[in-house]
Amino acid sequence: MKTASTHLDGSDVLSGHALDLGYDGRRISEGLDVVIPPGSFTAIIGPNACGKSTLLRALSRLLKPTSGHVDLDGRDIHGYRTRDVARRLALLPQQSTAPDGITVSDLVARGRFPHQGILRQFSDTDKAKVAEAMAATGVSELADRAVAELSGGQRQRVWLALALAQDTPVLLLDEPTTFLDIAHQLEVLRLCRRLHLTGNYTLVTVLHDLSLAFRYADHVIAMKDGRIVAEGPPSRIATPAIMREVYGIECVVITDPATGGPLVVPLEPDGVSLSVPADSLQVPA
Amino acid sequence: MNALRITAAPRTLAVGIALAAATALLGVLAMQTGTIKFSFTDVMAAVFGLSDNPQAGMVIHRIRLPRTVTAIGVGLCLGAAGATFQSISRNALGSPDIIGFTTGAATGAVAQIILFNAGPAATAVAAIVGGLLAAAVVYALSVRGGVSGGYRLILVGIGIGALLGAVNTLLLLKGNEDMALQAQMWLSGSLAARTWEHAVPVAVAVVLLLPVLMVQGRSLGLLEMGDDVARALGVRVEASRLTSMAAAVGLTAVATAAVGPIAFVALAAPQLAARLTRSVQVPMGTGALMGAALMVACDLLTQRLPIAVHVPIGLMTGLVGGCYLLWLVTRSRSI
Repeated sequence: MKTASTHLDGSDVLSGHALDLGYDGRRISEGLDVVIPPGSFTAIIGPNACGKSTLLRALSRLLKPTSGHVDLDGRDIHGYRTRDVARRLALLPQQSTAPDGITVSDLVARGRFPHQGILRQFSDTDKAKVAEAMAATGVSELADRAVAELSGGQRQRVWLALALAQDTPVLLLDEPTTFLDIAHQLEVLRLCRRLHLTGNYTLVTVLHDLSLAFRYADHVIAMKDGRIVAEGPPSRIATPAIMREVYGIECVVITDPATGGPLVVPLEPDGVSLSVPADSLQVPA
Repeated sequence: MNALRITAAPRTLAVGIALAAATALLGVLAMQTGTIKFSFTDVMAAVFGLSDNPQAGMVIHRIRLPRTVTAIGVGLCLGAAGATFQSISRNALGSPDIIGFTTGAATGAVAQIILFNAGPAATAVAAIVGGLLAAAVVYALSVRGGVSGGYRLILVGIGIGALLGAVNTLLLLKGNEDMALQAQMWLSGSLAARTWEHAVPVAVAVVLLLPVLMVQGRSLGLLEMGDDVARALGVRVEASRLTSMAAAVGLTAVATAAVGPIAFVALAAPQLAARLTRSVQVPMGTGALMGAALMVACDLLTQRLPIAVHVPIGLMTGLVGGCYLLWLVTRSRSI
């Protein structure tokens, strides 16, 4: 199992210890312990309001735990200057607003803010990192377009480029596929997978779509009611028992004919048949 | 200045230089104007203390230079304050004269004149106190869960502004006629008879607070993308916002104390600057310079217009700034 893996010096990249999380006195998680395996592509799954995004916000220091602590590179994340965190960890939040009239390249360039200072402004390194981020997300040819004119999928890739331009070893993505059609969902997750395979990133994403989570992530954290129910590689999480516990659904898990990974197929209650003739299921050879 | 490499976009830099040049030129033109007319060289010589014309030296140094310096300083203050609050509220209406700070300063000044009548220095102090108090109340009422800014700031500010406006009218009605007239004059804003006593505090505020806002400008730009994005990028969100607001409120209060409430410069200057630079950065420097140019231009107009009535600067800024903004907005396709 990969969960136990650590940095060479024995410290975790990103972990939460005995976290109490909530908003305005509304408690969401209690005593939560979580370790993000270094170098992993971790997906956090679970039903609505189970505390996935809250956990991600805590891991990205946007939410301060009422007790417990999040450690980044072995130190309490709230002990860093916020700019130093921004050099180690980037976040793609669920909601963001592009300023009126901003172009793609200007927006992505803002990702270099944590590396700049009053005395050190936009440098050649910054320029190179911005170009790299735009190339990786395939938005280079959109550079001079206004962000507001772009399609939803293009816009999401631009925001992802902004996070990439930050050039951090840890990348957190809060529901990066929301509002996207299937083609754009695949595009974004394939990009994440490519980044993961380079070995330079630890990715953590909150995902709603189980088939995408099990398909692209190599580590899955399943949550319910603010607790972590199970964590591990997709093959160990995608089981009828865990799906029943987490979502309250009955399912069978079959082998994804396209990838060989697990595929969760929900069952209808009381064995109702949806009367799909078996021979209408087309599986490419 | 090689270590400090401020890389502004070329267009922004050009607009900044052009505005600074225009301000200087208009300032000299304004200093030529008055009961005694001076030539361009007379003014230049007097400003740099090289004048062999003792009359010019005295008039320029004692009367016209402090007036022009006050105008420029107030313009810089209001332009930068406007840019700050428009960015924080993400709204062009979020300028200090709309969200109650200028009205608060006026309340302080009017209350001092009507209730205590302790002279111009006390009026200036009362205006600063009034402006700061109004800002503190607006902030306290608009902050929610440790987060300020946005639409809420504007709504609360407009509410406080309306309330204080009513208080001002009540105070005017309560005072005797002399005091009420004096207060009314203060309320229309004026550069007349401004001496170094007025110019120096404004200049000090500009020197101390404008650099703070110039530095915060980039953080404010990131804050326009939402608190989460800004924080993820390493902006100390609430600290940055509070610092900027405090500096902008300080500039507004000091400017208002010096010349009374000035209409429209804080609202129009950053908008005009943003349209000229076509930049998405917060127009902090260019907004301030545009404010200065507007103020000096209006001062020049009030003195040179061939009409018998004396037009206070506060009215002229409303006229000129309003027309310029309307012209610019109606001829551009985007908002």
